[in-house]
Amino acid sequence: MALLEVTGLQVKFDTPEGEVQAVNDLDFSVKHGESLAIVGESGAGKSQAVMAIMGLLAKNGSATGKAKFKGQDLMQMSRKELNNIRGCEIAMIFQDPMTSLNPFLTIEKQMVEVITYHQGLRRGEARAHAVEMLRAVRIPAPEERIKQYPHEFSGGMRQRVMIAMGLLCEPSLLIADEPTTALDVTVQAQITHLVGEMRQKSNMALILITHDLAVVAEVCDRVLVMYAGQVVETGSVEDIFYRPQHPYTQGLLDSVPRMDRPADDELHSIPGNPPNMMDLGSGCHFRDRCSKAMDVCKDDPPLQVAQDGRLSRCFIAIENAGMDNSERVASGTDSAEDSTETAE
Amino acid sequence: MTTPVLRVQDLTVDFTSYTGGLLQRKERVLRAVNGISFDLNASETLGIVGESGSGKSTLARAILGLIKPNRGRVMWQGEDLTLLDEEELRQKRKEIQIVFQDPVASLNPRMTAGDIISEPLWTFYPNMAPLQVEERARGMMKMVGLLPNQINRYPHQFSGGQCQRIGIARSLVLNPKLVICDEPVSALDVSIQAQIINLLKDLQKKLGLALIFIAHDLSLVKHISDRILVMYMGSSMELSERDALYRRPLHPYTNALIKSVPIPDPKLAARVRQDNWLTGDIPSPYDPPKGCIFNTRCLYKVSRCETDVPALRRMEHGDWVACHRAEELDLTICQDP
Amino acid sequence: MNSSIDLQVEDPFAAAMIEVDVRGRSLWVDAWHRLLKNRAAVISGIIMATMLLLVLVGPALSPWEGDFTDWDNTSAPPSLETGHWFGTDSVGRDILVRTLEGGRISLLVGLVATLVSLVIGVSYGAIAGYYGGFTDRIMMRMVDIVYALPFMFFVILLMVVFGRHIVLIFVAIGAVNWLDMARIVRGQTLSLKNTEFVEAARACGVDHHAIIRRHIIPNLLGVVMVYVTLTIPQVILVESFLSFLGLGVQEPMSSWGALVNDGAQDMESAPWTLVFPAAFLTVTLYCFNYIGDGMRDALDPKDRL
Repeated sequence: MALLEVTGLQVKFDTPEGEVQAVNDLDFSVKHGESLAIVGESGAGKSQAVMAIMGLLAKNGSATGKAKFKGQDLMQMSRKELNNIRGCEIAMIFQDPMTSLNPFLTIEKQMVEVITYHQGLRRGEARAHAVEMLRAVRIPAPEERIKQYPHEFSGGMRQRVMIAMGLLCEPSLLIADEPTTALDVTVQAQITHLVGEMRQKSNMALILITHDLAVVAEVCDRVLVMYAGQVVETGSVEDIFYRPQHPYTQGLLDSVPRMDRPADDELHSIPGNPPNMMDLGSGCHFRDRCSKAMDVCKDDPPLQVAQDGRLSRCFIAIENAGMDNSERVASGTDSAEDSTETAE
Repeated sequence: MTTPVLRVQDLTVDFTSYTGGLLQRKERVLRAVNGISFDLNASETLGIVGESGSGKSTLARAILGLIKPNRGRVMWQGEDLTLLDEEELRQKRKEIQIVFQDPVASLNPRMTAGDIISEPLWTFYPNMAPLQVEERARGMMKMVGLLPNQINRYPHQFSGGQCQRIGIARSLVLNPKLVICDEPVSALDVSIQAQIINLLKDLQKKLGLALIFIAHDLSLVKHISDRILVMYMGSSMELSERDALYRRPLHPYTNALIKSVPIPDPKLAARVRQDNWLTGDIPSPYDPPKGCIFNTRCLYKVSRCETDVPALRRMEHGDWVACHRAEELDLTICQDP
Repeated sequence: MNSSIDLQVEDPFAAAMIEVDVRGRSLWVDAWHRLLKNRAAVISGIIMATMLLLVLVGPALSPWEGDFTDWDNTSAPPSLETGHWFGTDSVGRDILVRTLEGGRISLLVGLVATLVSLVIGVSYGAIAGYYGGFTDRIMMRMVDIVYALPFMFFVILLMVVFGRHIVLIFVAIGAVNWLDMARIVRGQTLSLKNTEFVEAARACGVDHHAIIRRHIIPNLLGVVMVYVTLTIPQVILVESFLSFLGLGVQEPMSSWGALVNDGAQDMESAPWTLVFPAAFLTVTLYCFNYIGDGMRDALDPKDRL
């Protein structure tokens, strides 16, 4: 059974200019100990999807769909039930750690509070546990530093503190929303590595949200590519990196600058800009930026099983998959489920 | 050999802050830029790379004269900019321009794209006919790949990449000779970054610009720079020709920067994933380490590094490095996948 | 350096000329649309517009003059038959007309004093904040000193020296209110000054005046407008307070505050003399506050989310 299984997730925002469909019919699942990357440009709805599941949408947002975590539907839970799961069974870390740390409390206070709230340990024990956790994320001199305030830590150290806090209750799922985007490259590598290491040590599942495919290669097993609120392709890391099927995935891959290639190689980019979510229109949302766009792309492409039993929302990929696949394809959630099974 | 258009010599910027009360005022000095020197030729691109807090943005602002340096000279076409008064310096803005890091924050949200691009013209050519200004603004929009009919739109109606194009148009509208790009793509999606880099490259070729391209990592500068200056805590670590730098970095810090760029290849990533990257953080700039400032994080440290400050010196093939062990270390990067 | 600019940029904008320019949608328009969705603010706006209209043309339409004494109906209760819809006071003056005429003064004081404090406060605060350093310290110390003067003492002093006059009320209230405005504007300017777009303007060689005019002030206006709508009721209240103490406008002129003062004295025998002016005053204060709140939400939508 999957640890987290999301089906038919829709997220809408009510803005003065009209309704924005930020996430459209999203299905995905994460197994115990698995790591999934959700990749896409800003505005693709990747963060909003996760926020919706965790009940953290802004006031003008609304979500429908199912998000079964260990068999319980997160979307149906009361605020209190969600609070118990958040920060305990599911931990989250964000791009800017400063937003989730209280600047007026020492790290110790904040960490001890989490432990006593969720695990009911005594203060002394809780403190020892917190120090242990800081040591695990390799913060030097944790006994000293735990007494400090968040602003006394550097960006990288703060993110380590966030990871340590997230892992205090031994969550079974860690959601990391662009955890390294605000950090220096040298620190990025450290943090990415740390996340991967902590995951393997405690066998927790990971959802990594990022716009940079390069980060994904190191820590993730499976990748889900989103564009304009929809899934455009899913597959294992190897499939996505070595055999991308959707032109958008290919574009994202090409746009990563490669240190292991000569400098005079032309730098690729995806032409154009991310679509205006206010005004999406019909057909394949990517077709304006796609080098392979055809007439048929004016119709909505279905998310279908393409080669190797992977999902792709592209007419070309579907065609390549050949006739044998197309028979078992209906469109929508049924095929989504069995393909995530086979993708492993 | 042509004479360089820009010659920066021993440029030093200190920030002084005061702590304590009225009576026990304590002065704290932070040396943000420490004796940086380099030359820049016409239509050449210099990449400046360093982690946050390395002083690269401060350096850019000091060259522009937005910050007064404490020491050193900025020779622009033979004239020392640090000696000019405010009005003379203002006149030089026509020739030296800047593109900022945050494309949205660097545009006034209450002005239209056209007004933003036209503002330098209003400033320097107050008598230019409004129609002519508008025409010029439309031309600039077209040149940077924006639709000229969006001239009346406001910044919030553009995407991040488009906003950066407006920023570039604004910096080019006066026909400058040097454009300083202060991390122009780090706030953009990876998929859009290359667009902006390629645009800058094209414009440089077309307009014969000199560029200073600042970045926090070594991945993108590779594609746009002729030479690269690596900074750490305000000081130069290495100044090398691009190809030489990526083939065989001279400074351990450069090496670490190269190695820390993630490789988008699952098999390689797993293999490269070793302890090659830097450990620890940048030390406090108020209390920099003695000797070589990089010694707290260096994998190749010897006892001398803790006592002697290495000078920036010229190696035999012409590149510059500030490391005691530059000759003996072989940091060649293996290129084969 | 060439003084004329090279206008040859690739092919001349043929394509652009054919296409119609896309209309821009400024932040002001956005904010206006958001404001229109705020029911309390819209209703308040309508009430205030009606109130303004009534106050301006009402007295002219009424059969009574404000200072006309109807000896047949002194202290008469509200009644349609006598024609005194709101009743009369102890000397037989029509309360309706007096309330409307008093409204003129109250609103006028509110608007003029606020305008005074707006002009002085914005320019003072923007200059102090933008130039910063020594200039800022001197200018803000002066504000602190004026702030420390007891307001009532200041007003009484003015009255004693110059005698009671409506202009003095404008001066007195304006002189105090601009201090708050200056402080708010200075704070905002300090943070705006460090934004990248101001730095960009400086890097483009834009001079200080143009930066203040084009970049600082337009971005301040949102906050200032909110503050203004909240200042107007405050000023009206201060004027009423002064009038209530007998330091405000003088007979035969009147304001809501003065009327409430008169009414309070006859409260037991003729409660209508108190109720109607007080109701007008309260409604106005509420409306301005709702409009101010609505504007704050509309101009800074992030607060709401």
